[in-house]
Amino acid sequence: MNEPSLKKMTAAEKTEAKWAWAFIAPTMIGLIILNFYPAINTVWQSFFKSDPFGRSGKFVWFENYQKVLSASETWQSLLNTIKYALIEVIPGVVIALVLAVFLNKKLKGTSVFRTIFFLPMVCAPAAVAMVWKWLYNQQFGLLNNIFHTNIAWISDPKIAWISIGVIGVWSVIGYNMVLFISGLQEIPGDYYEAAEIDGATGIRQFFHITVPLLSPTTFFIVQTRLIGALTVFDLMFMVMDKTNVALKSVQSLVYLFYTYAFTQNNKGLGAAVVLVLVAFIMVVTVIMQKLEKKFVFYN
Amino acid sequence: MESARAQARLNKIIMYVILVIMAFIMIVPFAWMILTALKTNQEAISVDPFYIFPAHGWHWENFAEVWESYNFLILYKNTLLMIFLRVVFACLTATMAGYAFGRLRFPGKNFFFSLILIQMMIPSQIFIIPQYVMVSKLGWLNTTMGLVFPGLVTAFGTYLLKTGYQGLPKDLEEAAAIDGCNIGQRFLNIMMPLTRSSMVSLGIFTALFAFKDLMWPMIVCTNSQTTTLSAGLAKMQGQYGNNYPTMMASAVLAVVPMIVIYIIFQKQFVEGIATSGGKL
Repeated sequence: MNEPSLKKMTAAEKTEAKWAWAFIAPTMIGLIILNFYPAINTVWQSFFKSDPFGRSGKFVWFENYQKVLSASETWQSLLNTIKYALIEVIPGVVIALVLAVFLNKKLKGTSVFRTIFFLPMVCAPAAVAMVWKWLYNQQFGLLNNIFHTNIAWISDPKIAWISIGVIGVWSVIGYNMVLFISGLQEIPGDYYEAAEIDGATGIRQFFHITVPLLSPTTFFIVQTRLIGALTVFDLMFMVMDKTNVALKSVQSLVYLFYTYAFTQNNKGLGAAVVLVLVAFIMVVTVIMQKLEKKFVFYN
Repeated sequence: MESARAQARLNKIIMYVILVIMAFIMIVPFAWMILTALKTNQEAISVDPFYIFPAHGWHWENFAEVWESYNFLILYKNTLLMIFLRVVFACLTATMAGYAFGRLRFPGKNFFFSLILIQMMIPSQIFIIPQYVMVSKLGWLNTTMGLVFPGLVTAFGTYLLKTGYQGLPKDLEEAAAIDGCNIGQRFLNIMMPLTRSSMVSLGIFTALFAFKDLMWPMIVCTNSQTTTLSAGLAKMQGQYGNNYPTMMASAVLAVVPMIVIYIIFQKQFVEGIATSGGKL
């Protein structure tokens, strides 16, 4: 974008610049107050020890970081977060892709299926989590009743993270699917016609045409979902009671942040946890950009 | 030829079977939520697997009870007001900034736009503690302003609207400039109406985000008179988690309005999500 320089502007350019500055002023001032100042302030607060009333008191250098990085809870939460992200993103993307390919085939009833799959997207996660918690109930829940099992879906540390992941996948399939469908509609039909003439089967067409040509969409979905999954909170907060024995092996970094900053009212420690999270997400973003160059096929 | 047609037919059947199974899995939680909401607690915790429907009449009064005892009217009002204000603020500020970034030339454009992009890359959790401190210093805890506060402006929306404005043809605006319209008139009368679909996308995205958000309302509105549906549900679960029909009835009340709106405006919802592709 070429910009006019301040000194050599004509009268018309000056008027244009004044309008433009006035138009961006609310947004820019808002971003500074609501986002940029808070981001810096969070870093600042992470160097302070909070007093029992939650106010920041003494400057303690890296004591909060030392506490956070030496606590096994932090590393466990980071591991939990990664596990959740893998179990939500990979099945969520694969299932959504298969459904999108089917729905793109102009079958009858497509719109009904699409409506149903997208339904969880418009529901508050708090309500969704309540319903699943009831389905997972060990004594009275539907799942154990149907399968005649007695599984502690959400309080057995070995299973609970998978149960939460299932809710995540269930919630997000429709969203991924809608994005996949709009990506699929941009692939020119000629490719498939040519493949048809060459006698390529549906499955071969899928792997040799659909997958490579859809890779920008796939990459976009994986990236946004990955960031979303790494900051998961609602589902875990609603499903896992504070007394749940599996909480430690399920809670995410954002859950830990909420506990430190708002339940225990220790803002300094909360700030340090959030910065660990931000650092981790930055690393993931950089890795994703490297992968994009390697695997994504742009026309 | 005959075998190819048979093969195509078999493929179709396989696809339908998979779609129907998936649709069934998606529907079961909703169905169980509604069926439980209509039972007595005794029926809900009965462990007979074939006891799917309420045996002794449908207890519609469960809804009336939770409506009364949890003050759903106030929760709806708070949620609706928050969504309305967030959508208005987001659309208003984003359309202005988006127009400037998309159509106008001015010094500092690249710098300011890079700030927009940076904000979009930072995880929003880093803003929460200081935002909370500001809201509490302003005396906005347990108020609608407190709920709306973080959503007054939107970097994502600005980016979305900028893309919308950039896609519009040049000649329209040039013709208006020759007719003597100033930039404000051009923006208001000609360009803004043409970005309606981007605005609708942003509005839907903002509304859904605000509706689904749990952590912020839980932090700033701890009082059940001032909080939103999501945070209200969290409170109810903490207090009455073992009365399953009550919990499911309140879950139904919390999700039904948005589902109805979605089914009416389905096309806009799906297009809005597909074009904006924001992280929800």
